[in-house]
Amino acid sequence: MCPHCGMRSQNEFSYGGDASVKRPELNKEISNQDWDNFVYNRKSLRGKHWELWQHISGCRQWIKVERDTATHEIFNTLKAYEEIL
Amino acid sequence: MSQSFRLNDVGLINRDKKLSFKFNGVIYYGYEGDTLASALIANGVHLVGRSFKYHRPRGFFGAGVDEPYAIVQLYRNGETEPNVKATEQELFEGLEAKSVNCWPSVNFDIGAINNFLRIFLPAGFYYKTFMWPKSFWYKVYEPFIRKAAGLGTVSIKHDKERYEHKYEYCDLLIAGSGPAGLASAYAAAKNGARVILAEDKARFGGTLLTSDVNIGNQTGKEWGDGIISELKEMPNVTVKNRSQVFGYYDHNMLVMSERISDHLPSTKIFHPKQRLWYIRAKEVLISSGSIERPLVFGNNDTPGVMLSSAAKEYLKVYGVLVGKKPLIFTNNDSGYETAIEFKKNNVDPIILDTRKDPQSEIVDEAKNLGINIKFSYVVVAAQGYKKVKSADIAKISDDKEQLGEIENIICDCICVSGFWTPTIHLASQSGNKTQFKEEIDAFIPGESKQNEKTLGAANGIYTLDETLKSSFEAGNKLSKKITNTENKVSFPNVIEKKSTVHDKFWCVPLPKGKNYKRFLDFQNDVAVSDIEIALREGYRSIEHVKRYTTLGMATDQGKTSNLNGLQLVSKIENKVVPAVGHTTFRPPYTPVSIGAIVGREVGKHSKPTRKSPMHNWHKKNNAVFVDAGVWLRPRYYKQGNETLFEGSKREAKNVRTNVGVCDVTTLGKIDIKGPDAAELLNRVYTNAWLKLPVGKARYGVMLREDGIVMDDGTTTRISENHYHMTTTTAQAANVLSHLEYYLQLVWPDLNVNVVSTTEQWAGAAIAGPKSRDLLQKLFSNSDVSNEGLPFMGYMEGDLFGVRARIFRISFSGELAYELNVESDYGNFMWEKIMEIGEEFKIQPYGTEALSTLRIEMGHVAGSELDGRTIPYDNSLEGLLSKKKDFIGKRSLTREAFTSEDRQKIVGVIPLDKKTSIPEGSHLVKDSNAPLPNPKLGYISASCWSVEYDNPFSLAILKDGKNMIGEKLYVMSPLKNKVIPVEIVSSHYVDPKGERVRS
Ligand SMILES: [Zn+2]
Repeated sequence: MCPHCGMRSQNEFSYGGDASVKRPELNKEISNQDWDNFVYNRKSLRGKHWELWQHISGCRQWIKVERDTATHEIFNTLKAYEEIL
Repeated sequence: MSQSFRLNDVGLINRDKKLSFKFNGVIYYGYEGDTLASALIANGVHLVGRSFKYHRPRGFFGAGVDEPYAIVQLYRNGETEPNVKATEQELFEGLEAKSVNCWPSVNFDIGAINNFLRIFLPAGFYYKTFMWPKSFWYKVYEPFIRKAAGLGTVSIKHDKERYEHKYEYCDLLIAGSGPAGLASAYAAAKNGARVILAEDKARFGGTLLTSDVNIGNQTGKEWGDGIISELKEMPNVTVKNRSQVFGYYDHNMLVMSERISDHLPSTKIFHPKQRLWYIRAKEVLISSGSIERPLVFGNNDTPGVMLSSAAKEYLKVYGVLVGKKPLIFTNNDSGYETAIEFKKNNVDPIILDTRKDPQSEIVDEAKNLGINIKFSYVVVAAQGYKKVKSADIAKISDDKEQLGEIENIICDCICVSGFWTPTIHLASQSGNKTQFKEEIDAFIPGESKQNEKTLGAANGIYTLDETLKSSFEAGNKLSKKITNTENKVSFPNVIEKKSTVHDKFWCVPLPKGKNYKRFLDFQNDVAVSDIEIALREGYRSIEHVKRYTTLGMATDQGKTSNLNGLQLVSKIENKVVPAVGHTTFRPPYTPVSIGAIVGREVGKHSKPTRKSPMHNWHKKNNAVFVDAGVWLRPRYYKQGNETLFEGSKREAKNVRTNVGVCDVTTLGKIDIKGPDAAELLNRVYTNAWLKLPVGKARYGVMLREDGIVMDDGTTTRISENHYHMTTTTAQAANVLSHLEYYLQLVWPDLNVNVVSTTEQWAGAAIAGPKSRDLLQKLFSNSDVSNEGLPFMGYMEGDLFGVRARIFRISFSGELAYELNVESDYGNFMWEKIMEIGEEFKIQPYGTEALSTLRIEMGHVAGSELDGRTIPYDNSLEGLLSKKKDFIGKRSLTREAFTSEDRQKIVGVIPLDKKTSIPEGSHLVKDSNAPLPNPKLGYISASCWSVEYDNPFSLAILKDGKNMIGEKLYVMSPLKNKVIPVEIVSSHYVDPKGERVRS
């Protein structure tokens, strides 16, 4: 379910990682540990999880998708600028 | 040979159509409507193969998907297929099949020696025996196992059959057309729901075809036929036979394989052999029935021992007797039904019932027919090697521990019935947590997980009346919810004979002094003793026991063996079955051919093919094409008998001396517009972008956040807020997504739009010392002098009335330009370049010459930007801005990336200046060092330098900075080559870059 286009086939979408990761601001001092957490360290949760997907063969918008990593059930989708509650 | 086991007037086969077929080279006859199994049994053939481990003789055990034994190699229309179940393969004229697992022949089998060595081949034998000594694996065990224990031969020819995929949706998908499937489909269809009813077999009806029941004053079969013909007429119903729903996935998506042509001698023109259906169903009704369980006793794998339900099916559907002196061994009433069918056809069976004194209508009927019934009796062991000849039987004590005196009775088959196991695979795959039902000693589906409901025998309901009632109701209720319509059908009157409870006893104890094998898994030869060993050795989890013993791991996936295995584990462990739990059910329920999974996506259809607007010109001019991602690009333009090496050398040389033209349409192009465009570029590229003037291009490198180089290319400022970015062919799609990611998610405040224009522009690179002269003639109205269009300059020009973009950029190290016109004019541009270029001796060049030119210059490309290198490794560190932040910058300060002896790009020349260096070879210090020889680097790209006329390669080398002038060795174990080389600068030609600026 693309929040821009509606129900679309799964193979139009492409996975893009954990949606809770925030890129550190540019030109800001950051410790090695924090930077490594941003670049490499992920929780790889089992269960409900907010992910980024791109509607790559559609509107090309990046969207946020709440998905269960064990059952693949999708609960919610948000536009890129909408905040996860 | 005559069909001496065929009855005259029983069965559903078409006796008007006689078919001939070959099995192991012998010609037999059967009828249309037979399976290979029923036709073989009709001809008295019971020996069809050898077992996997001990190579014991194998016959038929079932009559359908549960068959563990009768696996054959099929030959059809010039093709061959392994792992075909004879019980599923329908007979056709000219069918040919052979036994598998036997060498040299089914009657004399060398592997059967294993049978006498079996004391050495207990549970876990693969893990224990064949792992030691190591050298024995390759020389002795592996070839022996391969030759002696294969499961058929895969064809290595291209499969010319056609397979299709179909996507479908429906309100109700009903899997199985037995009584439960028919009743629910009928009720749902009447309510107007879109229904798909799928049946695995050729005939609809399931158990209605074989059971002695009466529904609405018709036989079960007549009632079923009536329902099916009515359903077939309804526009909202799709009825499919030969179709197995084999997988239940997320979001109520199920996959079904339809065997369209497997039952025909050859596939009809334009028809597929098989079709894979992806079905999204609002509701799924699982009416997959149940499978009879074996009883376990000595030598219970001897040909002639089979399920009693299979014997009944062979008789009633195919008119075939599995034996003329049948012994029925049962712990429930089902065995009696088989016995009664034999008796009705003038064959006298003997029933051995483990129960002491069962009372039911069915038992009474058997008694009234005068059938010989022995209560509290068991089969201790089957006797006979290639076919049952007799049975050792004995009375069993009430506590089922003590055997009485052994008697031997003559029989030619033993039909076993150990009660019924619901087929819960689909429900379990959907995520349904199954539950153990004590009354039937088996698992049934629990609470629904997705929109699925299991009906009838698959749900542990074994009476017809209850099955029909609950299925009518389920079909009606679920469809009403969807269609808001109700056309209730009246429920027919059902007459069936009542049965009584089964006996929980299923595994006959060994008599004193006898060591018979009692098999649980008939395909993988797992016996009771193997499970006992596994438990004794400490395996507890049923998943571990399964893997250690291979119980249930064969092609039949333990359809007949799993539950007995569980019962045994729970008995030995003194646990209840649900505490042991069952192994996971995974799709597919039955084997699916690779062809069906792949579908039409084979050969050229496996991916799209992209062609440039100039493709036809290339083709006409003898281009030899190469796949570049999904693009087809000219590799070289062949003249006469030229090889790739000769042709590309000629083309590259011509660029260095005259002028060449190359199709660069495939380069990724991204149009970037907006007031913050420069700021975006400044953040994604490593170098500075804020001060690039309009009409100028700049080379840039972009990184991933982890500091690895992602892509490189030039970006040109077309106007104040408008940029044209180029990417490598391979990374075009990734770079666009990368930009969109940052614009949409990370920096939404940037006012920029990006869009791919790769297909909108056709591109031609003209390169060589004479390229400016050519350009001037192409654009006679423009000043393209070194001052008018300097290096990295950009202008628009008029190419004989066509608007063109002219970039002065170079990938070859020569004076060079890149022209872009709208795609539709691509061919026009190309032909003009060739026409006017003639006087400058222009030649087109392909990707091979393109590579040569860039390697000589030390320009990096995909083989260096391979997802493992940072800017320093590619000598691009000069492009790293110190003043500003950019994507990935912080990562470059990490330890591994700043070490003193960090790898770096270098050039490599063979000392003899003759030997070509294979790409991917390793660089080592000492070619004679003991293995593993420390690797210092690897060759990323190789060419034949046209400038110096000797081989030249690029390499990524440890401490490359300090290695210039060193002598090393290139080693390629793959090509068995050792080449002494010298390390030189990666900029082999024109290191100061004077030519591009001239
Ligand atoms: Zn969309």
